[in-house]
Amino acid sequence: MIYLDYTSTTPVRDEVLKSFIETTKNFWGNPSSLYKFGVISDNLLNMARDQMRHLIDAKKYEVIFTGSATEASNLAIKGIAYENRKRGKHLITTVVEHPSVYHTFEKLKDEGFEVTFLDVEKDGRINLETLKKTIRKDTILVSMMYVNNEIGSIMPIKEVGEILKHHHKICFHVDVVQALGKIPVRLKEMNVDLATISAHKIYGLKGSGALFFRKGIKLTPQQIGGTQEFNLRAGTVDVPSAVALAKAMRLALEDIEDNYHYVMKLNRRMRDILSKYDEIIINSNAEHSSPFIINCSLKGIKGETFVRAFEQRDIYFSTKSACSSKVVSPSRVLKAIGLDDDLAMNEVRFSLSHLTTNKEIDTFEEVLHDVINELN
Amino acid sequence: MKPVYFDYASTTHIRKEVYDEMIPYLQKEYGNPSSLYDMGIKNKKVINQCRKRIAKLLNAKSSEIYFCSGGSEANNWALKGIAFKHTKKKEIITTKIEHHSVTHSCEFLERMGYDVKYLDVDDLGFIDFGQLKNIISSNTLMVSIIMANNEIGTIQDIKKIGQLCKDWGVIFHIDAIQAMPHIKMDVKNLPIDLMSVSAHKFYGPKGIGFLYIRNGIEVENLIHGGAQEKEKRAGTENVPYIVGMTKALELAYQEMDEDVKRERMLAQKLFSILKDNIKDIKLNGPDIGINRLPGNINLSFKGIDGSLLSFELNKAGICVSTGSACNSGSIEPSHVLQAIKVPKEYINGTIRITLGKETTSDDIDKMCQFIINYYHNK
Repeated sequence: MIYLDYTSTTPVRDEVLKSFIETTKNFWGNPSSLYKFGVISDNLLNMARDQMRHLIDAKKYEVIFTGSATEASNLAIKGIAYENRKRGKHLITTVVEHPSVYHTFEKLKDEGFEVTFLDVEKDGRINLETLKKTIRKDTILVSMMYVNNEIGSIMPIKEVGEILKHHHKICFHVDVVQALGKIPVRLKEMNVDLATISAHKIYGLKGSGALFFRKGIKLTPQQIGGTQEFNLRAGTVDVPSAVALAKAMRLALEDIEDNYHYVMKLNRRMRDILSKYDEIIINSNAEHSSPFIINCSLKGIKGETFVRAFEQRDIYFSTKSACSSKVVSPSRVLKAIGLDDDLAMNEVRFSLSHLTTNKEIDTFEEVLHDVINELN
Repeated sequence: MKPVYFDYASTTHIRKEVYDEMIPYLQKEYGNPSSLYDMGIKNKKVINQCRKRIAKLLNAKSSEIYFCSGGSEANNWALKGIAFKHTKKKEIITTKIEHHSVTHSCEFLERMGYDVKYLDVDDLGFIDFGQLKNIISSNTLMVSIIMANNEIGTIQDIKKIGQLCKDWGVIFHIDAIQAMPHIKMDVKNLPIDLMSVSAHKFYGPKGIGFLYIRNGIEVENLIHGGAQEKEKRAGTENVPYIVGMTKALELAYQEMDEDVKRERMLAQKLFSILKDNIKDIKLNGPDIGINRLPGNINLSFKGIDGSLLSFELNKAGICVSTGSACNSGSIEPSHVLQAIKVPKEYINGTIRITLGKETTSDDIDKMCQFIINYYHNK
């Protein structure tokens, strides 16, 4: 099998699974319990938090474990919006966000918040001057993703952070799900207030995410009940998943530079291979994108037909962002970077990993040749 | 040293059979269920089979099972989801002995302009049915009741309450988080509309649960994003945990009769020994029997500090809870003990003992001996 869909989900690393299993078997007590067996779980939980903070320049940040990155982003956006609604009701995001962010803003818009969805340039990045002009006195939140999950474009987060430094009352939330472990993520340095991460995109477990937020920031909790997670997320904490997430994060950051350069080489090979065919248009901007993602549109070939042809040869990649695969409409992200409906509909996304081998790319090259001939 | 665990209502370990079933999905079968190629489709099928397996146990339809991250989310979702979807009616009825995930959701709804009525309970924890009958009307939006109480084990007459709700056209939610491993559910013949369930109470993983939503009942989303769970609950599905929960529930159902019998017998043994040796002891909640969770023994001792007792038990490697684990950080006697009006001289001397699969008769002896010694040497 050749898996080229690491953006969608990743296999769990052996070491991560080992941590998970050990914690599950030996330290399954409820971390809210006051006896030693519970306190041990609570200690493990807080050690995981500490470790994660140190990994991304977030010593003065708090970490809340959630059931998914989707939940973390929901909590960040709604939590800030509801907490500050008396101060202002203007929110800023972009048109290329992940559904968990985009639909949350749509929901808030329905509830009476004013939301500006910033357009992006052809390279998938926002225009900083437009952002500056969009900021109002009653703006309370700016939220955007670091690396786009469909086309891999890298938003100028550091520059946005600089701009927002002059607006103390605006909270800055960044979905770093596709950036973490791939490009450097430094929360304090980037002046980010809140950040969403996901475990299953960095060789951790599904059903596990976290929200980082600068200490002192107030959030309106979305899941209430017990006092877990600083009163911000009720429910018995899944300690084994939290421990596994910290481990996955540490490992993902350990070889980040080597992995980046390795994948960059694979990316160049992929681009060379793909650009040989007139039927394939590469949508991911070569300069401002994560090398881990290459998005293409197909001319005269249906995305699904293409994916099926590869699937029959045991090669897997996706046609649209996996989270919304069932919706058959042109990609919102590709339309935003200026593609017409037809090209935005027939999209394929290859995503690479340090686990991808050159031999796999060789095979892909041969199969691509066959598939294009077959479908023409 | 392996602790002697008497806190199964707080959480349980993952049992081996459950674990074995999860492992493949933590290793090779990692496809995203939303992906359109076979690796993803296969996992989508797996979670839909789990839905079917769970539905079969409950005599429900698989389209009525919605996976989520656990009991607290399920309760929040049920309460807020109904309130925000059906905005014409503003009256909600619940009880004074709910889990905090329900109570706090209700308090939140009160701040949003909803009118929440909290039913009294008698000294055993049973709701005042007459009061409910008086309050309920065609203006009532929903009734939310904890089926089996997490602290004192009282099991409510859900059928009777549900029938009344049905007569008035009121939506009925039950928190079955503690009930699920001990009571067989037949939702087709039980007049309920929503039901919250959590896996880590029946030897499944923490961080997974489900909300049963009867077909036809509309619920607002709590988590927005992707189109998972029929566009009702966003986020990549936690395939291994869903598989684990399903297996755990199947085993719970298979072994339920035997477990209930055994736990009830052990509970009876524990209480008899203590009662024979300690004069000023009180069992909070109903008598050990069919109206009480089989493994729950909530005890108050006159003139004893319950937190000190549990501290000493803990030092001896015996795990018990003073209140419900979720609010054990607070010093006040639990809202449940207050609601059933535990006498003043008893209320601070309360511990909750809950039994489970691995509790042995020896454990009971050890526990009794410790408490008796402690009591007589206090």
